[in-house]
Amino acid sequence: MIPAERYRTDAENQWCPGCPNFGIQTALKRALGALDLPPHRVCLVSGIGQAAKTPHYVAAHVFNGLHGRAVPAATAIQLAHPGLKTIVTSGDGCIYGEGGNHLLHAFRRNPDITVLVHDNQIYALTKGQGSPTTRRGEKTRMQFDCVRSDPAQMLATAIVHGCTFVARGFAGNIQTLTEILSRAIAHRGLSLVDIVQPCITWGNHPVSWYHERAVAIPDDHNPTDRNRAIELALEAPDRFPIGVLYETKPRETFADRDPGGEVPMFERPPVDRRLIDARLARFRVQGTT
Amino acid sequence: MRDLSIFIVGAAGEGIQTIGDIVAHALLRCGIAVFTSKEYESRIRGGHNSYRLRVDGPNAPRHDANVILALNPAAAEHYRAAASPGAILVGESPEGQDGLSIRFRTLANETFDSTIFANTLAAGALGAVIGLSPAIVRSVVENRMSKLSEDVLEQNVRAVQIGYETASKLVEDTDRIELTPTDKAHSFVSVHEIIPVTAAAAGCRFMAAYPMSPSTGIMTSFARDPELGVFVEQAEDEIAAVNMSLAASAAGARSMTATSGGGFALMTEGLSLAGMTETPLVLVLAQRPGPATGLPTRTAQEDLSFALHGGQGEFPRAVLAASDPQDAARLTHRAFDLADRFQIPVILLTDQFLADAHFSLEALTIPPSVPASGLADPSSFETYERYRWTSDGVSPRLALGQSEHLVCIDSDEHTEAGHITEDLVETRPAMVEKRLEKLRQLRRSLAMPEPHRIEDADVVLLSWGSSRGAVQEAIDRCRKRGMKVGALHFTELWPLPEIDYPDGISYWTVEGNATGQFARLLQAEGAPTLTGRIERYDGLPIDAASIVAALFGEDEEAAS
Repeated sequence: MIPAERYRTDAENQWCPGCPNFGIQTALKRALGALDLPPHRVCLVSGIGQAAKTPHYVAAHVFNGLHGRAVPAATAIQLAHPGLKTIVTSGDGCIYGEGGNHLLHAFRRNPDITVLVHDNQIYALTKGQGSPTTRRGEKTRMQFDCVRSDPAQMLATAIVHGCTFVARGFAGNIQTLTEILSRAIAHRGLSLVDIVQPCITWGNHPVSWYHERAVAIPDDHNPTDRNRAIELALEAPDRFPIGVLYETKPRETFADRDPGGEVPMFERPPVDRRLIDARLARFRVQGTT
Repeated sequence: MRDLSIFIVGAAGEGIQTIGDIVAHALLRCGIAVFTSKEYESRIRGGHNSYRLRVDGPNAPRHDANVILALNPAAAEHYRAAASPGAILVGESPEGQDGLSIRFRTLANETFDSTIFANTLAAGALGAVIGLSPAIVRSVVENRMSKLSEDVLEQNVRAVQIGYETASKLVEDTDRIELTPTDKAHSFVSVHEIIPVTAAAAGCRFMAAYPMSPSTGIMTSFARDPELGVFVEQAEDEIAAVNMSLAASAAGARSMTATSGGGFALMTEGLSLAGMTETPLVLVLAQRPGPATGLPTRTAQEDLSFALHGGQGEFPRAVLAASDPQDAARLTHRAFDLADRFQIPVILLTDQFLADAHFSLEALTIPPSVPASGLADPSSFETYERYRWTSDGVSPRLALGQSEHLVCIDSDEHTEAGHITEDLVETRPAMVEKRLEKLRQLRRSLAMPEPHRIEDADVVLLSWGSSRGAVQEAIDRCRKRGMKVGALHFTELWPLPEIDYPDGISYWTVEGNATGQFARLLQAEGAPTLTGRIERYDGLPIDAASIVAALFGEDEEAAS
């Protein structure tokens, strides 16, 4: 057990005072501590947005890359350095919108990473446009009449695509979220956690609206029941059943394909020069008279 | 006979590649240099395609043929215009035309009850026409088809024999071509074959890419040869490819990617990310004609300006351009070295011509050393900051997870520690200066252009990348006609070092685009006023004939 203070950084926090991102950050630090993962064994990867600033506020290795591209970046970091616990922490616009195609293919590839989606159903940093998870019919600072598209159902999509750990958390319930994150990070293979998060600046609903809808999944839910898990996932955006919706036996991960195993790529010896010379010899043709 | 140009022409799917490979290897087994290039349509079956062999001549393209082997009458008609005076036409010629008329498909059908042997028949026939011994052709066929079942192989060997004999009888009335075997050894290799081998030797560990002609061969080489130790992943798109490659590099794995112009367009944000995060990345940009989808299977040098300028904001990069396989080996090694030393993206330009053309090189070497790792020793720091100020702008680099020192890498403008900043007074200007200081240092490291016969030249050609063979051949031809021509050939294009251009010489650029991208680069970097610009943009590689014609102000036929 590592105390949460070990994960403190000196970076100046840029979130709105009272933002539920603080709750997610606390849960993440507690989960890392509970798993005895010291900062140098963790790599936090993000894209762009307010959620994507999380890595600056949690002591760990950080790769804060481009908008929408956190998942491919994390996939490669985990492969190149399998000893790092690699965790994506970014928003719904970044992961489901700009990066949606990458997420689909990450489900197929199954890298051993955890993807935390701070799902506030709004583009906050760009000041209030609809996101892929905004409910149909809600007004935004872009969709002035209302959003006319249906929200993305990425948890159900994840289950359909063979993702072996799919959960929904709530930023307003730190204790449950900590438990979910601990399980997600410990899971081998891609684990996806959609974290329902009120946006206190641009959101359409007060925090109480979320508390009414973020209800624990039934105690008797069997997380290997795929069909029931999909049903629970599809209750959003009217209700947000909180907990591990789906968890099944880990399958081959992306890094399992690498014959180099657990050794970080930077520690591997150079390829044998004799092998290179043998390849050059294949191009060689001797003439005879 | 020296410098024999052979076109094997037919539809996609008729096996011109097989014939070309057999004949090329038979020639190499006789110790005769052969340069081959491919010219084909973007389709799987049909169309007009040619496999071109240049025998015992320079490693450069020729767009005219001394021998045309046609696998169907329409191809014979289509490529007729390429026949040089006195050319021999072999094969499925249209009725009533001159040539060694052999109906390969009909003959194959009559003999084997199957047309699939038409191409080995044709290979035998071509062997006879160009004076190869039947034993050599048979031996190459046996060797290259050794994986076929015994009776299919035997039928192929018989087909070669029948093709050879049929053509031998016909060829007696025409000029027989004599070849002189030697005991020389050649490396027969393309630029895109040597890049993966050199990359592996240079310590490359990871490549993510998306298939796109003409770059695809590089990723498939790694997939086919896992012993090279390069983990290759077919990404869902070029955006994922570049982000994966650069993130693997941030985690300490020497990495590369490869694409063509359209894919590079998707990669430019990632390129800029490599610039901002100071992450080494080698990117092979295999050019083809654009805009948009353009001509997917043709060649061009149209993406120089794009390589120089692609990506938002200002950041240092190096742009290199390969000329031939030996040069590609040197530049691939150099690309990894520069990327690591300066913590920058390095773009290596190739093109469809270089991807497909096979050069015969008497010597082919790969630099023996592995470029030094750019990773610092973690024990040398009490505390660590990824973007610490230094006099040369290069901060000691630790990989993600290399040690207990935390590494913070950020695409936002950042502090020395790597955290987001909006300090416009000190940090932002200093970080801009830091990145540009690396560009100044890099400029001092780049090589001068390679001079070729400039000592007494009145005319100097300024060329880059894949045109080198054609330029050198053109110089020989011009000098035979009394024009003293030389060349400065550029393979390290950016940042250009300071070059001394002697006075009293007329300078011409040579490049494969229509807007003088290289000419504009040179003019911006202090080159003297150009006398002329020689540009080719029809989708075919620059050949010597078009350069000579432009210098003498003639049309091309007179110059060839």
